[in-house]
Amino acid sequence: MLQIISLLVENKPGSLMRITGLLSARAYNIESLTVARTLDPELSRMSIVVDVEPHLRSQVIKQMNKLINVLQATDLTDSPAVCRDMALMRIKAPLANRTAILKEAEIFGARVVDQSTEGFALEATGDPEKLDEFIDVMRGYGDIDVIRSGSVAVSLETKKLRLSPPVPRGGGNPAREEEPVESK
Amino acid sequence: MMSGARILLECLLRENVDCIFGYPGGVTLPLYDAMYDHAIRHVLVRHEQNACFAAEGYARSTGKVGVCCATSGPGATNLVTGLVDAMMDSIPVVALTGQVSTKLIGSDAFQEADTFGITRSCTKHNFLVKTIADLPQAIHEAFYIASSGRPGPVLVDIPKDVFQAQAHYSPVSSIHLPGYKVIVEGHAGQIRRAAQMMWDAERPLVYAGGGIVAADASAELRELVETLDTPAVTTLMGLGILPSAHPNFISMPGMHGSYAANMAMTQCDLLIALGTRFDDRVTGRLSAFAPKAKVIHVDIDPAEIGKNRAADLPIVGDVKKVLAKLNRNLKELAAEAGSKNESSRQSWGRQVREWKQEHPLTPEISQEEIKPQHLMREIDRLSGGRAIVASDVGQHQMWAAQFIRFDEPRLWLNSGGLGSMGFGLPAAIGAQFARPDKLVFAIVGDGGFQMSIPELATIVNHSLPVKIIIMNNGYLGMVRQWQELFYNNRLSAVELSSFPDVTKLAGAYGFKGRTVERPSELSSALEEAVREPGPYLLNVRVTPFENVYPMVPAGAAIHEMVLGPPQPVTA
Ligand SMILES: Cc1ncc(C[n+]2csc(CCOP(=O)(O)OP(=O)(O)O)c2C)c(N)n1
Ligand SMILES: [Mg+2]
Repeated sequence: MLQIISLLVENKPGSLMRITGLLSARAYNIESLTVARTLDPELSRMSIVVDVEPHLRSQVIKQMNKLINVLQATDLTDSPAVCRDMALMRIKAPLANRTAILKEAEIFGARVVDQSTEGFALEATGDPEKLDEFIDVMRGYGDIDVIRSGSVAVSLETKKLRLSPPVPRGGGNPAREEEPVESK
Repeated sequence: MMSGARILLECLLRENVDCIFGYPGGVTLPLYDAMYDHAIRHVLVRHEQNACFAAEGYARSTGKVGVCCATSGPGATNLVTGLVDAMMDSIPVVALTGQVSTKLIGSDAFQEADTFGITRSCTKHNFLVKTIADLPQAIHEAFYIASSGRPGPVLVDIPKDVFQAQAHYSPVSSIHLPGYKVIVEGHAGQIRRAAQMMWDAERPLVYAGGGIVAADASAELRELVETLDTPAVTTLMGLGILPSAHPNFISMPGMHGSYAANMAMTQCDLLIALGTRFDDRVTGRLSAFAPKAKVIHVDIDPAEIGKNRAADLPIVGDVKKVLAKLNRNLKELAAEAGSKNESSRQSWGRQVREWKQEHPLTPEISQEEIKPQHLMREIDRLSGGRAIVASDVGQHQMWAAQFIRFDEPRLWLNSGGLGSMGFGLPAAIGAQFARPDKLVFAIVGDGGFQMSIPELATIVNHSLPVKIIIMNNGYLGMVRQWQELFYNNRLSAVELSSFPDVTKLAGAYGFKGRTVERPSELSSALEEAVREPGPYLLNVRVTPFENVYPMVPAGAAIHEMVLGPPQPVTA
C-alpha cells in the first residue's frame, strides 16, 4: 500500500541521502519524494510516498525517527491531511480538439501556461488520484507529455504540524513520558 | 592558534580517550605528526579492519567508547566490516578517517573514496567535517551519539586541509542535536502494568540480552529474577549478565541454545524481553516462537519494539532505570499479598529444572582425541568465570558460549549480529589494552585465525599476554556442518589444508607456540599457556567432524531442535 510520510529534517548535507538510503536498505520502494525549505531556513520539509506492506508502516516511521537529522517523522496516511500533486503537461492536438481541451482544463481547474500552433502546455494541481483522471482524459485528445512533482502533504491536525524542533536546542534530552507504543 | 590535528587530539583528551587503534596514510600525515609528541597512545595495528575490531574489544570489555583511525580511500573502506559489526551489536565506537582536501573532494583524487556515503548505512551517524570551525563540535557530538541511547559506531571524516588549518581552540560547552531523541525513563503506568502482569503470570520467563550489558543493569536484572523467582535465559550477547551458577539461569536460547532454554521459551505464558531484539537466531521460525506467551518488551530503541514480534506491553526506556522501577513495584506487590499463583509457579520452576536435568549441556570427552567441548571445558576451568574470552566466529564460538561460564558482563566478547570471522584476535588485543590485569583468551578457529595472523606482530610489539587458542578442526567447521547436514555431506571448499606450524609461526614473531593433539596433554598445555608471562599461541587439534548440538535447523521452531547426531537405528 502507499504510505504518506511527512518529515521535518535538518537542512544538512547528507540528510536526503540518509533518508533515501534507509528506505532502500530496508527494501521500501519510494513512489515519490519532494523536499523544500521551511520558514526556518535550517529545516526542510519532505513528503515521501512509499510503497510498503501495511504491517511495516510503523517500522518505517520509527526508523526515520532514529535518524539524527530527522526532527520528526509523521505518518499521514490515515490522518486528516491534504495531499497535492502538480503536473506540467504538453499536449499536441489538432485544431478541432482545442476548444474541448480548454473546456476540460477549465473543469479541472488546470491553467494554460503556453500555447503554440502545436498545442498547449498545461499546469494542473490536485489530489493525486484526481490528477490521474485528468491525465487520462487528456490522453484521449492527443499525444501528451507529463511531468509530475510527486505529492506534498500537510497534516490538518495542529499537534502534528510541528514547525519548531521537538526538543529544546542546546542538546540535553529531557526525560519525557512517552505515549505507550502501539503494538502491531 | 592550533592546527586542526591538534584540536582533534585535545577533543579526544576531553572525551577521556587514552588509546587509539589505527593505521596512518597520506591524508592523515598531519594528524600523525601531531600525535608524535602527544599524550594519547596510538596502537599501530596491521590492517584497518582490525583497528575497528580492536576498538570494539576495548569498548565491549569496558563500556567506554573505542576509537579507531584510518586514512582516506582504502584505509576507510577497510574499516567497513568493523563498523557494521559494531552497528549490529550496538557497540560504541568512534572512527576517525582522513579525507582528501576539501578542494579535491569530488575530483576522483588519489585515494579518494566517498567515505561519508559508503558508511551511511554502517554507522549510527556520520560526519564530514568541511571546516576547522566545525571540528570540535563534530567530535563531541560523535562521542555523545556513539555512547548514548542505543550505542553504536559513529564516523567522522576529516579532510587533510582541515587537519592543517589553524584556529583558536575553545572547548565546546554544549552539543546541538535537535533531532536526536533518547527516551530514558520508562512510562510509569506501563511499568506498573508490567509488574502486575509479571506478578500474575503462571509461567513467566526472563529473556535478557546485550542491552543489559550496555545499560550496566546486571544487578537490577538479578534482583528482578530473584524477586520473581523466575527462570531466565540470556542471549549470546548477554552471557555473563547473570552469574553462570545462578539457580534460575538456564543458559542461552536459540539455534545452538540449551534444551531447557528453548523449551521454556516455547512453553512460557509471559516472556519478559529485556534489552534484546528477537533475532532470528534466537526465535527460529517466528510464527512458532513462544506461541503461548504474552510479551513484555523493554528496549531503549523504539524501533525494536514490535519489529519482529508484537509486544503486548511495550516499554521504551533505559533498561536499568526501568528495571529499578519494576523491582520497586514488584516489592510493593509482594508486600501486599503473596503470589496468587504460588502452586503453578512452583510447578513451572520444577518443570524447567527437569528440562535442565533431562538434557544438560555436557561436554563430550574422549581418551583418544580432543573433543572441542573438552577444550572449552578446560578453558572454563582455568577461567573460573573471570577471564575475558574473545571469540571468533564458527563452531568454536558456539562451543565456547555453551561451555565457558561467565560470572560478569563484559567478559564474553563475540561478533553476535554480524558473525564476522576475523573478529576474535583483534578484539582480544583491544580488551587486553583496556584491561591489562585481566587474563585474556582469544579463541579462534583455524579459519578465522588465518584472517588475523598479521596482528601477531601487534601483540608482540606491545607484549600483550593474550592467550591465543586455536580450535583446529582442519575445516571451516560451521560451514562443513551445514554441508554435512543439509547438502548431503558434499564438502565444498571447506577443507583447510596447509595450516602453518604454530611453533615456527609464533617463533617467527618471537614468542612461544605449541600444538597439542592428545587429550592427556591438554590441561597441562593450557596451564603452561596461562603461566607464560607473554603471549602464547596454542594450536589444539580437535576431532574434525564434531557438530554443534543442540541445533535448530533453519526454518524450524526452536522446540524442534535436534539434540544430537542421528543415532544408529536399532531394529
Ligand atoms: C568474514 C566471514 N566470511 C565467511 C563467514 C562464513 N562462515 C561462518 S563460520 C565459518 C567457518 C569458520 O571456520 P573456522 O574459523 O575454522 O571455525 P570453526 O567453525 O571450524 O570452529 C565461515 C566460513 C563468516 N562468518 N565471516
Ligand atoms: Mg575450523
